[in-house]
Amino acid sequence: MRILIAGFGGQGVLFLGKLIAHAGVLLGKHVTWLPSYGPEMRGGTANCAVILSDEPIGSPMVSEPDVLIAMNLPSLTAYQPRVQTGGEILYDASLIREAPEREDVRLRALPATKLASDAGLEGLANMILLGAFLSDCLPLNETEILHTLEQTVPRHKAHLIEANRHAIAIGKQTIEQTEQELHSETKRISHPRKVG
Amino acid sequence: MTMFRKPRVMTATQTHYCPGCTHGIIHRLVGEAIDTLGIEGRSVGVAPVGCSVLAYNYFNLDMTIAAHGRAPAVATGLKRANPDSIVFTYQGDGDLASIGMAEAVHAAARGENITIIFVNNAVYGMTGGQMAPTSLPGQITQTSPSGRDSALCGFPVKVCEMLAQLDGPAYIARVAANSPKNVLAAKKAIERAFRNQIEGKGFSLVEVLSSCPTNWGMSPKDALGWIDSAMIPYYPLGVYKDTSRKGIE
Amino acid sequence: MTGPILMKGNEALAEAAVQAGCRYYFGYPITPQTEIGAYLAKRMPEVGGVFLQAESEVAAIHMLYGASCAGKRAMTSSSSPGVSLKSEGLSYLAGSDLPALVVNVQRAGPGLGGIQPSQSDYMQATRGGGHGDFRNIVLAPASAQEMATLTMRGFDLADKYRMTAMILADGTVGQMMEPVLLEPAQPLNIEKPWALTGTQGKREKNIVTSLYLSPAELEGKNLSRFARYALAEQNETDFEAFCMDDAEICLVAYGISARVSRSAVSAAREKGIRAGMIRPITLWPFPTEALRQAAKQVKQFLSVELSMGQMLTDIELAVRCARPVTLVSHVGGVILTPEEVLHAIDHAVEVSA
Repeated sequence: MRILIAGFGGQGVLFLGKLIAHAGVLLGKHVTWLPSYGPEMRGGTANCAVILSDEPIGSPMVSEPDVLIAMNLPSLTAYQPRVQTGGEILYDASLIREAPEREDVRLRALPATKLASDAGLEGLANMILLGAFLSDCLPLNETEILHTLEQTVPRHKAHLIEANRHAIAIGKQTIEQTEQELHSETKRISHPRKVG
Repeated sequence: MTMFRKPRVMTATQTHYCPGCTHGIIHRLVGEAIDTLGIEGRSVGVAPVGCSVLAYNYFNLDMTIAAHGRAPAVATGLKRANPDSIVFTYQGDGDLASIGMAEAVHAAARGENITIIFVNNAVYGMTGGQMAPTSLPGQITQTSPSGRDSALCGFPVKVCEMLAQLDGPAYIARVAANSPKNVLAAKKAIERAFRNQIEGKGFSLVEVLSSCPTNWGMSPKDALGWIDSAMIPYYPLGVYKDTSRKGIE
Repeated sequence: MTGPILMKGNEALAEAAVQAGCRYYFGYPITPQTEIGAYLAKRMPEVGGVFLQAESEVAAIHMLYGASCAGKRAMTSSSSPGVSLKSEGLSYLAGSDLPALVVNVQRAGPGLGGIQPSQSDYMQATRGGGHGDFRNIVLAPASAQEMATLTMRGFDLADKYRMTAMILADGTVGQMMEPVLLEPAQPLNIEKPWALTGTQGKREKNIVTSLYLSPAELEGKNLSRFARYALAEQNETDFEAFCMDDAEICLVAYGISARVSRSAVSAAREKGIRAGMIRPITLWPFPTEALRQAAKQVKQFLSVELSMGQMLTDIELAVRCARPVTLVSHVGGVILTPEEVLHAIDHAVEVSA
C-alpha cells in the first residue's frame, strides 16, 4: 500500500505518516517513510510518503499513491490526479470545501478540523483522519493503536497519548457512522429507483 | 653549582632556524616549563605550518603537525579525546592570526583547556618574508615592497587585545624574547600557561614577540633592537587577561 | 534491543556510531544531515562521549584529526558543500595515515546547489577529495539499515587500513525512516601503538605527520600507502547482485538510485526483459571484477545515478568498454522514478535489438 499524506506544515502531516509507518512495523510489514523537506521550518507545504508492503521495498518514493490523505486544498489539487484508479482519497472536509473530481476512486470526507475543535482536541485533526484511515485501510485493535502511539510519541509528550487516542477513536467512529448512514441513504434512494 | 644544560625534554638535534632567530629561545622556554612541571610523559604538542613546522624534531614528546592554522582544532580533538594529556600548540603569526584565526578565536571562546604559544615576528618567515597579519604599518616585506600601506591592506591584528575581550580564555599575555629581562618574564608566562592547563583552568595563550633577522634584513642584534623600538610600542607587553588566579591568591 | 525499530537513516547512522565505540563527534550544521548532530548531541553525554559543534567544517575535521591522533574512534558528518570544506582535512588524514569516519549525506550542487538529494559527489569521494594521491574507503548505504551496518563496518575498516572511511549517502536515505535492527556491534579492537597519548616516559616519542621533505622518503610513504590500498581492494570490495543470473542488461546503481533500480528491474522482468542489477556497496574499492565478469554475460550496462555520468566512467573503465554503457540520470535534486528507469531499460534493449 502506497500512501501519500499532504497538507500545511504544522498540521502534523509527518507525524500522521510516522504513526502509519509504526503501525506497519507492528504488523510485520516492510515499511518506508519519506518526508519532503524544505528550507522553511513552519508553514509552507509538507508531505510524506509511506509504503507498507509484504515484499522488500524498492523506491521509497510514491508517485502514484493507493491512498491520498489530503489536509488542505492545495494538496488535494496537486495530488488527486495521481491517485491510482480504485484507490482512495481521504480528506479534511472542514478545510476542503470542494469535492475531489475523481470518480474512479473511493472518496471519503471527514470534517476533521471541526471534529477536533468540537471535542476540545485542537491540532489533532491529523489523528482524526488517522482514525478514518485505520477504519478500512489498516485495521488495528485498541491495544495495537496504543502501542503504536507509545512508539511514536516522544517521551516528553507522553501525556498527550490519551488525547491522541481519543481523536483516533472519534475519527474512526465518525467515518463509520457517516458511511453507514450514507449506505442506508443510498439504499433508500436506490430502492424507489428499483421499483420505478 | 648550577650548570647550563638543555632541558630534559629537548632533543640534541641542532635546530634549522636562522642565526639570530629567537625560535630557539622560545623552544627552550617551552622545554623548561615542561621540565619544571614534570609533564614530559603527558605532553602532546601540535606544530604549525611555518618556520616551526619541524618543531617535533626538537622535543622528546608525542607530536603532530596540523594543517596551516588548524592547530587549535587539532589540539581540541586531542584534549577532548584524552583529557589527561597536556596539549599545546606552537604557532606563528601567519598560522594563528591569518589562516587559522577562526580556529584560534573559537578555541579561546570555548575556553578549551589547552596552551597556545603564539610566536609573533611580524612576517611570514618560511615562505620568504611576505607581509603577515601582524606586519607593522610601513613595514617592508616581499609583498609590501613599499611598506605596509594601511589604506590598501588594513591594520595589524592585535591578538592579545582581541582575545582578552572574550569570556572564554583564562590567561592571555604578551611577552618578548629579545632581552634577558624579557626572556625571564616570558619564561614565567609560558610556565603559567602550562600550569593553568594542569590545574584545569582553561585556555591560556602567550604571545611572544620574536625576531626574524633574515626576512627583516637586519643583523641579529639590530633585530632584537627593532622588537624594542618598533614592535613593543605597537604590541605592548603585559597580561591582558587573567582569571586563573581567582580563588588562589 | 529487540526487534526492528523505525528510524531515520541519519539517526540509524548516529546510533550505529555509538554502538561501534565512537565517542567523539565534531560537526557543523548543514541540511540534510542535521539529525546526525541532533541525535549525538543527546546521545554522546549518555555514554560519556563528546559532542562538539565546531566553528566550521574545516575545524570539525581537524578536531577529528586530533581525536584520531589520540587513538580514539571519532567522526564528523556533513553534506556536499561542507565536504568540500573538509577536503583539506581528508588530505591531511590520508597523509598522516589516520583512521577516521566521515559522512557525506549528499545534496545537489555545484556551489550552494540545493538541499534535495543527489549523488553528484561521486568523483570527489572516490578519488580522495583533496590534494595528493590518496583514496578513502567509500561505503554507499541504500537503506536505513545499511546506514547503521555500513557505519559500523566503516569504523572497523578505517582502523584496519588506517584510512578514512566515508559513508556516501544521500538526502533520501538520510531522511527516510525504515525498520532498523541494531545488532550489538563487536568493534574490531586494533592496537594503535602510533597514538599520541604522551610517552609516559616509557617509549620513544610518536610523531604523526604528513610532512616529508625528502622526495625519496615521501615517495616511499605514498607507495606503502598504496600497498595498503591494494589490500583493501583485494579484501573489502563489496556489492549486491540482483537478478543477475540470466541478465542481458545490467543496471549499475548505488544508494537511492539502487532502490529505484530494484523496482525498475522487477517491472522489466514482469515485461519479460531480462534485467539485473549490480549495486556497489563499496564505491571505492569499486566492484571492477564483478562488472568485468558480468560483461561476459550481459549485452550492455545502464548506469543509474543522480549525477552526470560520474559513475559511468568507472563502469566503462571496469569493463574496458567491452560493452556499451548508457546513462539514465537526474540531477539538481530531482530523483529518478522507477518508470523513468524502466523506460531507459526499454529504450536500451530496443536500440541494441
